[in-house]
Amino acid sequence: MNKGFHRRERRARREFFFFSAISACSAVIISLTLAALFFIAPTLAQGNEPTDDEVNAIAKQLYCPVCENTPLDVCPTQACTQWRATIKEKLALGWNEQQIKDYFVQQYGMRVLAAPPAQGFTIFVWILPPIAFLAGAAVLAYYLRSLRHPAPAPAAAPPSTKSTAPESDDEYAKRLEAELNKRR
Amino acid sequence: MIEEQTAPPAGAQKSKIMLGWIAAWVIMIAILGMVAIKLYQVTLGPISSGGAPDFTLTTFDGQQISLQSLRGKVVVVNFWASWCNPCKDEAADLEAFWRAYKDRGVVMLGVDYVDTETEARAYLAQFDITYPNGPDLGTRISQAYRIKGVPETYIIDQNGKLVTNIIGPTTFQNLAAIVEPLLK
Repeated sequence: MNKGFHRRERRARREFFFFSAISACSAVIISLTLAALFFIAPTLAQGNEPTDDEVNAIAKQLYCPVCENTPLDVCPTQACTQWRATIKEKLALGWNEQQIKDYFVQQYGMRVLAAPPAQGFTIFVWILPPIAFLAGAAVLAYYLRSLRHPAPAPAAAPPSTKSTAPESDDEYAKRLEAELNKRR
Repeated sequence: MIEEQTAPPAGAQKSKIMLGWIAAWVIMIAILGMVAIKLYQVTLGPISSGGAPDFTLTTFDGQQISLQSLRGKVVVVNFWASWCNPCKDEAADLEAFWRAYKDRGVVMLGVDYVDTETEARAYLAQFDITYPNGPDLGTRISQAYRIKGVPETYIIDQNGKLVTNIIGPTTFQNLAAIVEPLLK
């Protein structure tokens, strides 16, 4: 009787430990799964969401026509806030920088670009400054060279038998000669 | 003849320098002229008379409407934006005007200036706007009309001539007072 009782008790204990172990393992697995959902999932979502730095890296290359001379990354108006949201939206969709800039040009025109492309009339924006710089450097170099090597004096007039001096000077010279002769 | 061939090099150099200076001045004057024209265009106000500049509006629904195709009708072109608070003041009046006059030979077109599509659609839904609206792609229409801000409204008669412009928000009564005489 006692023997049978102890056997049942041992079996009950084994079953208890067995189910306890299963329950503990299940609890650990469920906890780990919940933890993963709680901590890892937001990390994944955050990984897809573009950061403000990424948005501003593109925004600073754009100007909103409403707010003249204010780059998009620092413009406080509602229009610019909406534009930045659009950049973020496009980045989240996987668009690259060039695609986003092309989209803004298509929507709002070439004037939204901080650096206009070197084509059409805007090519002057790119070529004129270096030309002006080079021209200035050339003028300066020419001026400095002329200071160092002054232009030679005009060649002496070829000797001529005929005096080029006016007649009145001749008369004056003659009178001077005469006066000097008198005093000698 | 011999003298011409062996002309003093100093003279030739001088004339080259002179040509260079003339070219530099011509280029500089041309650039200044172009800048002056651009500045002059900027200072010009919105167009207020004469033939209305033609344009084609692609609506948010993908429909294409050209101003040219609306000859024979009075056209009211309204420039607006979702970020523009004064535009909200006139939105209900514009829609009411459209509903009152659409069967009397009047067409209303909304041109969404420098806006983002999501917010623009939300704005149209908020004010239950049913007349055709579309973005000002590339800001071409607003540049043609030389608008200075939003809202601005342009009224064009049946012959495509600009009757008047309204700078700032307008009302049902104001529009009716301008359009009624055109319908007689």
